[in-house]
Amino acid sequence: MPGLAIEREILIEAPVEVVWRTITEPDQVSQWFADRVDLVVEPGAHGYLEFGDQGGPVVVETVDPPTRFAFRWNHPHGEEAAAGNSMLVEFTLTPEGDERTRLRVVESGHESLDWPDAEKERYADEHRDGWGEFLDRLAGVLAGR
Amino acid sequence: MTAQAEDELWSAIADPSRRQVLDLLVSNGEVSASWLAGRVPFSRQAVAKHLVVLERSGLISRRKQGREVLYHVAADRLDQAARAMAELAAQWDRRLAAIKRLAEAAHAENKKQETGKEDGRAG
Repeated sequence: MPGLAIEREILIEAPVEVVWRTITEPDQVSQWFADRVDLVVEPGAHGYLEFGDQGGPVVVETVDPPTRFAFRWNHPHGEEAAAGNSMLVEFTLTPEGDERTRLRVVESGHESLDWPDAEKERYADEHRDGWGEFLDRLAGVLAGR
Repeated sequence: MTAQAEDELWSAIADPSRRQVLDLLVSNGEVSASWLAGRVPFSRQAVAKHLVVLERSGLISRRKQGREVLYHVAADRLDQAARAMAELAAQWDRRLAAIKRLAEAAHAENKKQETGKEDGRAG
């Protein structure tokens, strides 16, 4: 999928249900994410994350326990979150045995909506590593100056 | 960077076709809009629009040479963008590390309780 995306993952020595609770239960979320978490984990639910004196609304997009959880944020104040004006954060949990979980997060956003599918695919083929490759090239150009 | 400047930068580079234009400028130095239009799968008008957005975000600048307008990347701003992206990735790494600590601690606690129950039953 083209577009701006940051992908990170980590291997956790705990069963997938435990990791699921850690990323979705508000009292847990407040320990790794925002200072204050006002969130109902249901598709379409509107919540709020507070970071110090800043904060912003979130809209839950996908709840598929215990493997997929996604929400949108960073949309302009007063606007409904949608594909063109917000960032999508997607968590994917993959069990690897009974007591191990691979947790992957992808933050992506502002995807071009008027980009024909054929070109999307072509571009995706050419830019398989997406943002990572772009950053590498930037770093190369900057280092070469 | 102000929030608005950051938003402009973010949405300027978020669009794949704009990034393609930016990629070409990064690789080829100073070029014209028509040169760019010959190397992308979208129209000359689209290229012109993307150049406007990129210029407004500060990622590129232009200069006139004779009758031609040549575009080039603004390295400082690109550097800023690259660092902002790296920081975003680092933020997620920190959050994932915190999730790992919490989940593993919860798992250890659950196991301890189960063992406690079994011991209780056994005794």
